[in-house]
Amino acid sequence: MTSDEIRATLLRCLTDVAPDIADEEIEDDADLRDELDLDSMDILRWVQGIHKALGVEIPEEDYGKIASFEDAIAYVAARV
Amino acid sequence: MPSLGADMTAGTLAKWRVAVGDRISHGDIIAEVETDKGLIEVEVFETGVVEKLLVGEGEKVPVGTVLAEIGAGAATVPESASVPESASVPESASVPATGSASVPVSASESAAGSIISAGSSEVDLDGPMASPAVRRRAHELDVSLRGVQGSGEHGRITLDDLEGFPRGSAAAAIVGGRLRISPYARRLALERGIDIAQVRGTGLSGAIQARDVLSAKPSVQESGKPVSASERMQRAIAAAMTRANDEIPHYYVEQSIDMGNALTWLREANASLNVTERLVSGVLVLRAVARALRKHKKLNATWQGGKPVPSEEVHVGLAVSLRGGGLVAPALRNTDEGSLTDLMARMTDLVSRARSGALRSSELTSATITLTSLGERGVESVTPIIFPPQVAIVGCGATFERPWVVDGQVVPRPVMRVTLGGDHRVSNGHQGARFLSALDRLLQEPEKL
Repeated sequence: MTSDEIRATLLRCLTDVAPDIADEEIEDDADLRDELDLDSMDILRWVQGIHKALGVEIPEEDYGKIASFEDAIAYVAARV
Repeated sequence: MPSLGADMTAGTLAKWRVAVGDRISHGDIIAEVETDKGLIEVEVFETGVVEKLLVGEGEKVPVGTVLAEIGAGAATVPESASVPESASVPESASVPATGSASVPVSASESAAGSIISAGSSEVDLDGPMASPAVRRRAHELDVSLRGVQGSGEHGRITLDDLEGFPRGSAAAAIVGGRLRISPYARRLALERGIDIAQVRGTGLSGAIQARDVLSAKPSVQESGKPVSASERMQRAIAAAMTRANDEIPHYYVEQSIDMGNALTWLREANASLNVTERLVSGVLVLRAVARALRKHKKLNATWQGGKPVPSEEVHVGLAVSLRGGGLVAPALRNTDEGSLTDLMARMTDLVSRARSGALRSSELTSATITLTSLGERGVESVTPIIFPPQVAIVGCGATFERPWVVDGQVVPRPVMRVTLGGDHRVSNGHQGARFLSALDRLLQEPEKL
């Protein structure tokens, strides 16, 4: 799976959680909680979406490693 | 037009989910109403047959307007159970897959809560042949069976015939309770003050696209300037809060609660739970608030006709902030009952429907208290305003690591500041303090929640 494919999948999972977020709004290195106003339930739903789409399970203690979109892509790429 | 909260004065009937002649029962969703809080599914509290629809789709009417007439309807629509199993039963009312043409639609099928009741299937006996499953799917897809060419035996319509068939009604953008609109178009509509219930979608399946919004006329207020949906919502919130401040003599009590036990329990529970069943700390607080209210009934009540009416059941309204600035507080019914996993699932569903604008009327009117949590961004505490007709509200700040004294030693503990806002017409600070103390005790034993 290429980095672009992972990016597209993570983005789709994110827009499932927050349908009003547009692709161009996401800066790869920005903190997702701050930048996109996500709360802990949004993050959990995103993590659940990623698990469903790619089979990658992200434990709670690793939430810090998926704080930005860039980090999340790297995290998932290493495990997919 | 039901009042879906103290801040609602009018609503637009976006779509009827029933037709004249349909048999409906208590709890069925009969219509969708566009309000300042988004698209709301309206439930009915009567059982009978729809005799007249008095308000057309797209019409905006004040709260209290009669939308439809429901009658007993016994004379016009036969009970499904009374349909004779003789040769006179047309095939359209039968289950076709088995080929047995005389099986009537069973009573249990309508009792299972499907939108199309057995009664409504029979009303359409002259229509094209289709199984109940196909009719239900057609209803979901908003496809009129009369326009579909059946590919089955004797022209019977199959499920496959429905897929990809264009959806015909004027409100085609609303399918399965969701307004079909692209995120970009929704934002454009908000910015430009366009009422999306009035926009005709030209996209796939009638979805509203940016170009539809751009060519639509904004709703205009008296001064001639357009009012955006978010502006309308903010005004509605302000009106409710002004009323609350005018009518309710508020008092406040605060308590700092050690969340150490709750968070440790949660971490351990989540480590062993499947990712789909993971919990957030908010669900523990929600449950603890609901359980504490069982013994503090003066706070779990509504103000009606000049006096408090305590509620035996606990329905906590959850304040949900909407992206773009809105706020809505739908109720989670019987918040004190069921497993935490079940409560978590219900909370997730409620929050996502609040954000996508697909709440039900009962969810906006049944809350007996409200919980607002503003801790996600790090505020220390919140002094919340009671949402009429409720008589109390609970506000939570962020959970911070604090130096805390435990058994004579100063240790770092995660601590959350909880505020109770109460109504002096109903209770006093003493009762509020006892409630917070009960909440604290409950959060020290999270395994019992």
